[in-house]
Amino acid sequence: MTETLQMPSILSESSKTDTKLETRDVNAFFGKTQALRNVSLNIQKNHVVAIIGPSGCGKSTFLRCLNRMHEVAGGTMNGTILLDGEDIHENDPVNLRRRVGMVFQKPNPFPTMSIFDNVAAGIRLNRMAHRNHIAETVERSLQQAALWNEVKDSLSKSGMSLSGGQQQRLCIARALAVNPEVLLMDEPASALDPISTAKIEELIYELKKDYTIVIVTHNMQQAARVSDETAFFYLGELIEYDITKKIFTMPSIKQTEDYVTGRFG
Amino acid sequence: MGSVVEDNISNALQALLEQKGSLAQKVFENEDRINTLELEIDNAIFDLLALQQPVASDLRFIIASQKINNDLERIGDHAVNIAESDLNLMKIKPIDSLLELPKMAVTTKTMLRNALDSFILLDPKLAQTVLETDDQIDDLNRSMTVSVIELLKSDRHTIECGLEFIRISRNLERIADISTNIAEEVIFHTQARVVKHHAEEN
Repeated sequence: MTETLQMPSILSESSKTDTKLETRDVNAFFGKTQALRNVSLNIQKNHVVAIIGPSGCGKSTFLRCLNRMHEVAGGTMNGTILLDGEDIHENDPVNLRRRVGMVFQKPNPFPTMSIFDNVAAGIRLNRMAHRNHIAETVERSLQQAALWNEVKDSLSKSGMSLSGGQQQRLCIARALAVNPEVLLMDEPASALDPISTAKIEELIYELKKDYTIVIVTHNMQQAARVSDETAFFYLGELIEYDITKKIFTMPSIKQTEDYVTGRFG
Repeated sequence: MGSVVEDNISNALQALLEQKGSLAQKVFENEDRINTLELEIDNAIFDLLALQQPVASDLRFIIASQKINNDLERIGDHAVNIAESDLNLMKIKPIDSLLELPKMAVTTKTMLRNALDSFILLDPKLAQTVLETDDQIDDLNRSMTVSVIELLKSDRHTIECGLEFIRISRNLERIADISTNIAEEVIFHTQARVVKHHAEEN
């Protein structure tokens, strides 16, 4: 029987004003099946938080709760989720998903659009910029995603003409173009080769200066490399949440230790 | 870390050659710094292993660094021993000759310098020269013992002096040995060869 942490140990000392996202007693369901149980944690601004755990532990479900994609997938939840102290269920979900962007496991550029249009899609849909500024924003976003140099001479080519790693960075650029505050990444590199993975990881390290990032990964070594804090989920419960170094050198809970050392999962 | 330890060896040996207590004192003052550095480096190595999963030459580098870190701390301890002997020598009747100690001092310092340089410069050939110099120090250490025995036979009042000489000689021999270990680690890192304990000859 494991204990569920009510409040992460490390964050009880930090100031509340550093908290970007907070969940309190979140329970999530698919019909009658409970996918998440009493999940409470704080995500600090400009930190990278990794969510790890075996298949089916609820990590992707948790991520999708953070920008209300869970309900789009037909799920329900209760509990509180706060972005900058405000309940995300009380405001416009579309605006929420602009502020809290998502990047998926399989790169999904819009297949019928060019590289340029892919990045511009969100800006246009949100009516965020005057036509003249769209090009600037597209360039800025592609630069932030470390893709600009590779595509600047071929912006009108189809998004699908790029390699897997480039497509993923295109999707990141697309998410960045609408000025999010948080980036949610669901196993962003698992479909990519090692070099592309390394590029994405370097990118995450750069991006955290401006954004708060939550990344779900089944690759523990990746979690160790990129994140500031790591949350270990098992069977829908948050088992342990702490500074990454602590999770990988001296976890407090035996189950965490068993998981990171590969004894189960 | 390497340069702090080298400074301490230098000061310990200069204190002997110049009979200068202040130099020996500096060795004691720096000892804490060496110990703190060892802990900091241990911690950094631990972090890197836990969070970055190094492989291949990166892994060999980390493993070699771990051992070199501990080696340097031990060399620091030997510097302290030498400094203590220096102060003891300054309290008793001075002797004309330091016998083979100055030669041992120069050779040992060079071995340590070359071992550390080979680590920084990733130079296995330089490391190899350190391995080849170790026999010289072993010979000098043995002849020191013989010379001290001769000295003691000729003048009983020199017993305390003789004992300090032997202590210094033994510490220098240990420093040379440890420098050899460092050189062996460099060869492991740069060439992935294990040469310690003559492993390659078996």
